[in-house]
Amino acid sequence: MNNFDFTLCGTRCSALPSGALWLPDYATLCVSDLHLGKSERIARRSGVMLPPYEVQETLGKLARDIDSAAPACIICLGDSFDDLDAATGLNDAMRLWLARLQAGRKWVWIEGNHDPGPIDLGGTHLSETVVGTLSFRHIATTASAEVSGHYHPKHRIAGRSRPAFLYDQERLILPAYGAYTGGLSSQAPDLRKLFRTSPMAVLTGRKAIPVPVA
Amino acid sequence: MSALPPIFENWFATRGWDIHPHQKAMLDRASEPALMLIAPTGGGKTLAGFLPSLIALSEGNHAGLHTLYVSPLKALAADIKRNLRTPVDEMNLPIRIEDRTGDTTYTQKRRQRADPPHILLTTPESLALLTSYEDAPHIFKGLQRIIIDEIHALAESKRGDQLMLALSRLQTLAPGLRRVGLSATVEDPAAIARELAQHPDPCAIINADPGPDPDIAMLVTEERPPWTGGGAKYAIPAVLDAVKKHKTTLIFHNTRAQAEIFFHNLWLANTDDLPIGIHHGSLSREQRENVEAAMVAGDLRAIVCTGSLDLGIDWGDVDLVIQVGAPKNVKRLVQRIGRANHRYNAPSKALLVPANRFEVVECVAALEAVKAHDLDGDPKGAGPRDVLCQHILITACAGPFDADQLYQEVTTVGAYHSLTRADFDDCLDFCATGGYALRAYDKWKRLLQRPDGKWQLRDPRAAQRIRMNIGTIQDTDTLKVRLKGNFKPLGEVEEAFAATLTQGDTFLIGGQVVRYENLKDMTVEVSRRADKTPKIATFMGTKFANSTQLSQRILRMFDQPDWPALPGHTAEWLGLQRKYSKLPEANRILVESFPHEGRHHICVYGFAGRNAMQTLGMLLTQRMEELDLHPMGFVASDYATLIWGLDPVTDPVPLFKPDNIRADFETWLSGNAVMKKTFRGAATIAGLIERNLPQARKSGRQATFSSDILYDTLSKYDPDHLMLRITREEALRGLVDFGRIEEMLTRTAGRIDHLILDRVTPLSLPMFLERGRVAVAGAAQDRILEEEAARLMEQAGVAAL
Repeated sequence: MNNFDFTLCGTRCSALPSGALWLPDYATLCVSDLHLGKSERIARRSGVMLPPYEVQETLGKLARDIDSAAPACIICLGDSFDDLDAATGLNDAMRLWLARLQAGRKWVWIEGNHDPGPIDLGGTHLSETVVGTLSFRHIATTASAEVSGHYHPKHRIAGRSRPAFLYDQERLILPAYGAYTGGLSSQAPDLRKLFRTSPMAVLTGRKAIPVPVA
Repeated sequence: MSALPPIFENWFATRGWDIHPHQKAMLDRASEPALMLIAPTGGGKTLAGFLPSLIALSEGNHAGLHTLYVSPLKALAADIKRNLRTPVDEMNLPIRIEDRTGDTTYTQKRRQRADPPHILLTTPESLALLTSYEDAPHIFKGLQRIIIDEIHALAESKRGDQLMLALSRLQTLAPGLRRVGLSATVEDPAAIARELAQHPDPCAIINADPGPDPDIAMLVTEERPPWTGGGAKYAIPAVLDAVKKHKTTLIFHNTRAQAEIFFHNLWLANTDDLPIGIHHGSLSREQRENVEAAMVAGDLRAIVCTGSLDLGIDWGDVDLVIQVGAPKNVKRLVQRIGRANHRYNAPSKALLVPANRFEVVECVAALEAVKAHDLDGDPKGAGPRDVLCQHILITACAGPFDADQLYQEVTTVGAYHSLTRADFDDCLDFCATGGYALRAYDKWKRLLQRPDGKWQLRDPRAAQRIRMNIGTIQDTDTLKVRLKGNFKPLGEVEEAFAATLTQGDTFLIGGQVVRYENLKDMTVEVSRRADKTPKIATFMGTKFANSTQLSQRILRMFDQPDWPALPGHTAEWLGLQRKYSKLPEANRILVESFPHEGRHHICVYGFAGRNAMQTLGMLLTQRMEELDLHPMGFVASDYATLIWGLDPVTDPVPLFKPDNIRADFETWLSGNAVMKKTFRGAATIAGLIERNLPQARKSGRQATFSSDILYDTLSKYDPDHLMLRITREEALRGLVDFGRIEEMLTRTAGRIDHLILDRVTPLSLPMFLERGRVAVAGAAQDRILEEEAARLMEQAGVAAL
């Protein structure tokens, strides 16, 4: 099995190698920081035209996770769109694809700092939600039993840095799921101060690999 | 025949000088559209270039810019300004001379645009920036001459291509413009002349007297050079001795890391406290300037340096040049040697210091090449299209342009004269729409075509961002290093290097051992640690590959019955190789198989240069994997590739079938790290990735993401995109160097000698100590990662999880 299973505040969790979180007891799949439409936003704002394929790439990855996990509910944990204009700017093919992914399951858009308002793309729009013992919001707070995103954590071992889940007994921070996303080192003070004890990192890639953060 | 005006005649006379024949020739032919002068350092090259301008300007009736001087280094521009002042002041000529580089103040730059000086000294990047302004026609109106100094150095890189594209723009703005190139000795002057002239103008080449042959020798020490490594630590006492016997010595190294380590060891041995400095591109500007000033003042006995001192700044009385490590390239060696003894007609004195046993052979081959005046160099390809893309964007910054006219203009550049219209249109389309198969940016095009057919920026504010990204110099991402609690930076390290540091690691920078403390605001904070030996070298750096010509010379040397030119220890070593195995031959590939420490090894002698041998290692191991030979890893040097694995190779012939190698190459190439690196360079130059974001990477947050992601995405969804085509072409020539694998396959035409031996051979021995071992296969990498994670888990006592 390429997933890594652990328990957070009594709720069973499974970190997928793709960077998605699977809650088997609730048939819920959670992904964070998709940043869809990033290349469009960059072109609009700076004139630099990046390869416009990141929506395709990100949705493709999500479609594969959905296919294999068959979730009843999907939570997009904020910053799903690079900004609200990027959400409206999504082309028809991508809208259709998204609609197909949404069909037959519950879909929750948690609001993020990049996409604070409601979007015209189906699903429910919430500032936060609760599944089992865990609350889901975009940016970590001091509350316990919390799953969040926002920081795009990465962790480096053996000279290689990869997007990673970070968790301790109280909270879990998800890696960015979107194709065009950078990351913040697990060593960064902004991230470390969110954990009372040294967190565990679960590296993404071909296989989810757990490793303690020194 | 133009006579020297009396005032100049007098000036030469009061100085007691005769005008050099090449200075006269440059003057006589000053009206020709293009001229190139080849002269050694110290041969009055600069004056030869400027004399026609000074004479023309001495009348005092030229308004505005007359002569543009372009050099590859800011420091050189400042140096020339100082040197030019002497004749101008002494003859009291009415000439205004100013320089304009990245260091010029904003006010000064603005004033120069409104009221240009007679002579402007600048760099290719600053010139490209000048041509991007709307008032470029005003600035360059009336420009008569452009002098390109050290054109041989510029011509080797994309900076030269950018410069020549800028020149084509200037030629349109100032049709009477004449071009002058000043060059050191090169292997193919005609090629550079063709790039200098407006196509198809002729360009005469004027040769100054090259002066006497250099006095050059190899350092032979009592102590045997080690089997491998680049430190040349063994030679420190001998080098110190040579420094003591000379006034000022330049000690050149091939890489910054080697320079740092050598400098460190030199200081430990420098019991006489000789003043010795270090100079390389990663030191802070302040530190470099201090060393330069001390050098000019004659306060230093030696400088340990790298290519950063390769160009012709006049450092005064250098009377010895030491090259540590094999020069890898004869032309560069000759140019470095030229740095000694700037007095015309005095021979330059130089000493080669081989860093290891094989380099002894290389140094002797290089010495012979210098004596035979046999320079090397690779022919350059056509004008790079990423630079053209940037040129199109720069043109757009200056105002709306007509595509037909721009195409015409670009094809007057020597390197671009065979550029097809279709290729040009590809570049234009890339600049305008991104050039993607998915036409996603209709709404946000960078360039728009106006109703009159001209192209302009969609958003004029984009001009500022484009200007900030002008240039073709590929800087790796670096981080500043400073002492904790101290504001002044010590220098820079590559970001990738900084990422490998953990607290307590020690490394060398600017000759000091420092201890890594932490990373703060994108600055590496360190503390001083004089008591400890450094744990790691500071710079990854790429290593130069041996030139084809030098490799061939080495192979010819192997063919000799004995080696009187080599020191005894090295001749003996080659003799042993001949006895126990055989020496590689030029038109055959030698493959040795032998066991070592329970693994099967093969050593392939292809002499194709480090980069190509590295690529060959990748290809051979890939094929071996398919044949279930279980290769585990390989290591490459300039002359050989050593592969180890679980099974013996009984028949190497199929491994070298050209068709197999080419097919494997195609599959291997697309996923390769070198490709990603090359892509990053091309995409940055072409304006796909921004280098200088207005709000720099100050927070270290996820503002930027790796260009590797862009490469992967593009390869997957748009494999025929212009940037990928450019990347491929460049990688083939550059770091992947498949061209030299092809050359090796042609040269050896399937003639493979396979020797099965029972132990490590003399010639393969250094390969075992070579650094940069590569583990085979992506699966292996995952395994290493998992093992490391498991180890850490166990250590943390959470293995049960």
